[in-house]
Amino acid sequence: MSKKDTSNTDPNTTGHVWDGIEEFDNPLPRWWLWTFYATIAFAIVWTILYPAWPISTKGATPGLLGYSSRASVAADIERYKQANAAINKKLTTVPLDQIEKDPDLVSYALNGGASVFRTFCAQCHGSGANGNKGFPSLIDDDWLWGGTIDDIYTTISHGIRYASDEDTRDSEMPAWADQLTEQEIADVVQYVRKISGQKADAAMAKAGATVFGDNCAACHGDDGKGNRDVGAPNLTDRIWLYGGDVETLTQTVTHGRKGVMPAWAGRLSEAQIREVAVWVHQQGGGE
Amino acid sequence: MSPTEKEAPALYAAREPIFPRRVSGFYRNLKWGIMAVTLGIYYLLPWIRWERSPSLPDQAVLVDLAHRRFFFFWIEIWPQQFYLVAGLLVMAGLGLFLFTSALGRVWCGYACPQTVWTDLFITVERWIEGDRNARIRLQRARWDLRKTRLRLTKWTIWLLIAVATGGAWVFYFADAPTLLKELVTGQAPMVAYGFIGGLTFTTFLFGGFMREQVCMYMCPWPRIQAAMMDEDTLTVAYRSWRGEPRGKHRKSADADKLGDCIDCMACVNVCPMGIDIRDGQQMECITCALCIDACDAMMAKIGKPRGLIDYMALTDEEHEKKGEPPIPIWKHIFRVRTIVYTVLWAGIGAALIAALFLRSDIDIDVSPLRNPLYVTLSDGSIRNTYKVRIRNMNPEAHQFRISVIPKDVFRLAVQGSKTTTITVAADATGTHKLFVIAPPDSAPANAELTEIHIWVKDLATGKQAHAETVFTGKKRGN
Repeated sequence: MSKKDTSNTDPNTTGHVWDGIEEFDNPLPRWWLWTFYATIAFAIVWTILYPAWPISTKGATPGLLGYSSRASVAADIERYKQANAAINKKLTTVPLDQIEKDPDLVSYALNGGASVFRTFCAQCHGSGANGNKGFPSLIDDDWLWGGTIDDIYTTISHGIRYASDEDTRDSEMPAWADQLTEQEIADVVQYVRKISGQKADAAMAKAGATVFGDNCAACHGDDGKGNRDVGAPNLTDRIWLYGGDVETLTQTVTHGRKGVMPAWAGRLSEAQIREVAVWVHQQGGGE
Repeated sequence: MSPTEKEAPALYAAREPIFPRRVSGFYRNLKWGIMAVTLGIYYLLPWIRWERSPSLPDQAVLVDLAHRRFFFFWIEIWPQQFYLVAGLLVMAGLGLFLFTSALGRVWCGYACPQTVWTDLFITVERWIEGDRNARIRLQRARWDLRKTRLRLTKWTIWLLIAVATGGAWVFYFADAPTLLKELVTGQAPMVAYGFIGGLTFTTFLFGGFMREQVCMYMCPWPRIQAAMMDEDTLTVAYRSWRGEPRGKHRKSADADKLGDCIDCMACVNVCPMGIDIRDGQQMECITCALCIDACDAMMAKIGKPRGLIDYMALTDEEHEKKGEPPIPIWKHIFRVRTIVYTVLWAGIGAALIAALFLRSDIDIDVSPLRNPLYVTLSDGSIRNTYKVRIRNMNPEAHQFRISVIPKDVFRLAVQGSKTTTITVAADATGTHKLFVIAPPDSAPANAELTEIHIWVKDLATGKQAHAETVFTGKKRGN
């Protein structure tokens, strides 16, 4: 029987000593060395199989497997498209008012719609759909052209005052500078402020009532509550597309307004339009 | 010192093969028992069925990653209750401190998977290739038909054990019978095969070939444990004052001058770490106590008292060297340090049990949707929108009514619902958009921020839960 090799109990040291603590100079285990070589071999094989070495500013060695992350993403997208084909078809074929009765469709449409909105709508309406000056908020309870899912769908499809779409929603808030005197405009502004519950000059407002009845009521209604058929806003509520202060109102009446929303039919797929219509409808203002 | 005086040490050292001899005795039996229990639990636990509601899996222990649930017999843990698992980990840590300070590397010696599986692999090796001497001969023998046959048999059985080990792991993460069927028919997900492959490889390699190398070079525990051990910690030690000078009694001329150690090497031959315990405490020693068994058997044969190698604390060595009686074992175990660890461990355990039984089966989370902060409605009301998540942990669908505090100020509406009563499916989280509306010119509508509480009442049980959030008013600006 061999004696145990005791050479390990008196290890070599590097000769470095700190406060009496010596640094050992033990050999590495050989398997550890093999592991190190294995990682090098792995790296070499990897660079042969996969894109690795930059060969110009344009790209790198393609690798034997022909892998590319771009192609992999494209394959993923194709896979999702196929996986979604059935529900996508269902979304485009059921009647609009039936979509929100199907929880699967709603969930699908909301996810897709949020993405469509962020990509195509948020530039004007804001990422939270709360609008900007001249671009209406889509989440309040006030609608120019109607807030049912059908109305929203039509607006998105054909746009507003969008000349190249025949079915676009069209109307005009004309410039009244030529028809009305400055005094008349000032009076009607005071009247609008009065009916919307803001501070107004009583005498001017009284004069403005006549001006309003003669010129504005045709679209905005006798009571000033607007008309969705022509996209005429309700002037009696607390929501203003451009602003309810005297200066902005004067500007609006004097120069008119002609907000345009592009038609998305043809640019977005039917499914995308329906998705984003459902999404807008569910943001709190849907009727 | 000139460089020629001392040979330069080798940079890389090959592993010295170790051939532990079979041993029997108290500690060996204890290790057999622990091995049977730990391996039994590991392999069989996923197969235990447990009756639950129809919507839930009937596996007693299941980590359901896809649905983010952890099932342990009658306990179901949701991700929000992960603090229970964190508490268990703290307990495991403290338990390790406790056992290490009292009994040294008892975890390493008995319960560590590396030890248990290595033990199992060595046992298989012994069945196939014979005991220590036969294995040494086989190692040295040329690669003839017999050696090839024995090695291939051994490796095959190791591989089967390794596959079973990797295989058992994945059953903790999916319904075991279903997954087994899928695995056999090749329909299981790639990740299952991947894990089985990886764990098969590591089990085969670590149990069959790396063995003590894992403990010595890969595991941080041997280096950390020193901080938790002290002079009262029980470790395996050699009574050198009794054993030395060692020597073969019969051959030696002056046998009466020799100590009890007959230098039979039994303790070295059984050691799975390949060390000599008589050299004193060593980093490599996992305190498996097999050398105690080996030495006790030898002492019995030569008619000497047992315990030349024994569980002992450093203080005992001092006492015994001076001829004083050692401190009783219970005094090593019950001392301030271990009692503090035990109290901490038990305290956290008690808190966890309390938390387990006190936790509610409903829960609510409310997060304000801040884009925009608020919306002005046509009548001038201010509306805030919140995402409300109601967790119904009951095994059946429940109805919940949502309300808000302060009362009588706000109006509530739930997107897509005519009422504020909503139904959440069994064992599910219901996510809803909640609109909180403050009337025009009310205090919250004009304020900057108003603290509000969203309450939810389980209409089936009457239990309530609430979450605190804020209502943003006009003063804040959009």
